[in-house]
Amino acid sequence: MAAAEEGVDLRKELAEALKKSRALLCYECGKCSGVCPVARFDRSFSPRSLLVRAVRGEDATLIEDVNVWSCLTCKLCDTRCPAAIDYGLLTKSVRAFVRHEGGEGMCTHGGAVHALTRIMTSKELEQDRLGWVDDSLKISKKGDTLFFVGCAPYFDVVFSETGAKTLDSAKGAIRLLNAAGVEPMLLPNERCCGHDLLWNGDVENFRMLAQQNLAMIEESGAKRVVVSCPEGYATMKVDYPNHFGDLGFEVVHLTELLAGEIEEGNLEFEGDGETTVTFQDPCRLGRHMGIYDAPRAIISALPGVELIDMQRSRERGICCGVGGWMNCTSFSKMIQATRLREAKSTGASVLVTACPKCEIHLKCALKEQMLRDELQIEVRDLWELAASRLA
Amino acid sequence: MPNKDEKKAGAPSKEDQPAAKPRKKKSVLWREIPEPRAGAARREDADRGDGGFEPRIVAFACNWCSYPAADAAGISKLQYPPNARIIRVMCAGRVHPGFVLRALELGADGVLVSGCHFEDCHYLFGARRAAEQFEKVAEIVRMLGIGPERVRYEQISAAEAPKFARVMHEFVEEIKKIGPSPLAGTAEGELEVPDAVGEERT
Ligand code: SF4
Ligand code: SF4
Ligand code: FES
Repeated sequence: MAAAEEGVDLRKELAEALKKSRALLCYECGKCSGVCPVARFDRSFSPRSLLVRAVRGEDATLIEDVNVWSCLTCKLCDTRCPAAIDYGLLTKSVRAFVRHEGGEGMCTHGGAVHALTRIMTSKELEQDRLGWVDDSLKISKKGDTLFFVGCAPYFDVVFSETGAKTLDSAKGAIRLLNAAGVEPMLLPNERCCGHDLLWNGDVENFRMLAQQNLAMIEESGAKRVVVSCPEGYATMKVDYPNHFGDLGFEVVHLTELLAGEIEEGNLEFEGDGETTVTFQDPCRLGRHMGIYDAPRAIISALPGVELIDMQRSRERGICCGVGGWMNCTSFSKMIQATRLREAKSTGASVLVTACPKCEIHLKCALKEQMLRDELQIEVRDLWELAASRLA
Repeated sequence: MPNKDEKKAGAPSKEDQPAAKPRKKKSVLWREIPEPRAGAARREDADRGDGGFEPRIVAFACNWCSYPAADAAGISKLQYPPNARIIRVMCAGRVHPGFVLRALELGADGVLVSGCHFEDCHYLFGARRAAEQFEKVAEIVRMLGIGPERVRYEQISAAEAPKFARVMHEFVEEIKKIGPSPLAGTAEGELEVPDAVGEERT
């Protein structure tokens, strides 16, 4: 493959990742396997065993093991590991290595999402992806702030059956920005941020996507890029600089920006009866990027909305069950059902999500009639919810 | 494509958060956007502009209707362009948007999904499912800007061999008009141009 031809030694990179992630310090306590939401249901999956095999250099067993792709990359294990091992970094490198050696993680949706993002690596693409921007949304042609929409326009189509309206989320985000006095630029030919490909070990295509986004952002002259999708945010803020150095613009998550505006009294919301809600911490926003308070500040600013956190929230929050569109299995459904029950047990009638994927996955789980009847809980996107309460 | 810089690949380790690190000078590394991979030659070849462009078509055909229709077209010696690779599926409802996107990714210039008429589907709701799935992928293809004409949905029953031949003619003509897919020549493991194309049969 291309990488091998040009002499990138992924085996060496894996060895480096083993060092950098501190995996060599593992003392096999098994806390990671104990806390892992996947291992809880799937007895064949053990993060510790994967790590140990990677350390021992048992490549052959890794390449064949479907469990290389089972990890949600939620980093919950990182919070427990007494040796402070960065399991996320390790997984990313193991996957790049395994993919290079011919192993492949499967995209659950008939390969649709991964094919879609790989298609976006083409330089010749002239997308028509902003059809949803209507007159009620104020955007500008030139300015300092750019809003990175992410794949919401595509998700809205691919996952229409789950009832997730990812475009409502994007529209809500722009309405909120407008209310805060920001009229952002949008990229008419934006590419996927590359998150899913990167976490599936497809570094080459990730880089192609990233480079095109960076070129377009530079051309736009933006000084600040606001991202609402936690995955896009984490990718731009951490992985882009890791690969390409200083980007020359600031990456801000919408929650941070809005929480700041709320604190300064620039954003007002109005009430709409009393509701109790709970919040699903997206792993990318929470454990990956350490943003826990900003989304809560936004929810608390909505009059009449009471936020009750789930027992496992913030650093201890549980992932929505699928990572990078891979390995959606019965175990994912169990994780989701457990999570939804936990949400219900707070007494909330609405579970607020701040990530398009959490919304899609949890709404998908609620398509099961029995669970829906049992829980009577609604899943709503943070941006859509907050924008509907704008004064 | 990946260069030495890729050594930095991977997630940030705990010490590696960009904020904590002294920032390097603004990087220009990303400006070298890599050229499309192997197969770029193929695209030029396809694009040679002498009217010799032969589209590569992938046709998903239902086992119970369109596939026999293609068969019958052959048996009755109906002429139609040989540009399509026909993939038989048990029901057009099986054709997930991912299949169509994957074909396009691999350089197909057009994708045809052909199944039963709604009331004839062997699996009752399969043909309706096919229509739903197709609607989704058509919208995705439209948004991607690679030309909504490149994907086509048809209902061709086993008795409609002439329709199959006509659809093939029409589709190939249409794709010839709009030219090669912008994705042709960018993916690994691309589809080949069919050998028989262009050779007059006697
Ligand atoms: S929790 Fe950390 S030290 Fe313990 S087995 Fe897992 S990776 Fe090793
Ligand atoms: S990152 Fe999450 S899913 Fe992966 S091994 Fe750790 S706890 Fe399990
Ligand atoms: S059997 Fe032909 S479309 Fe379902």
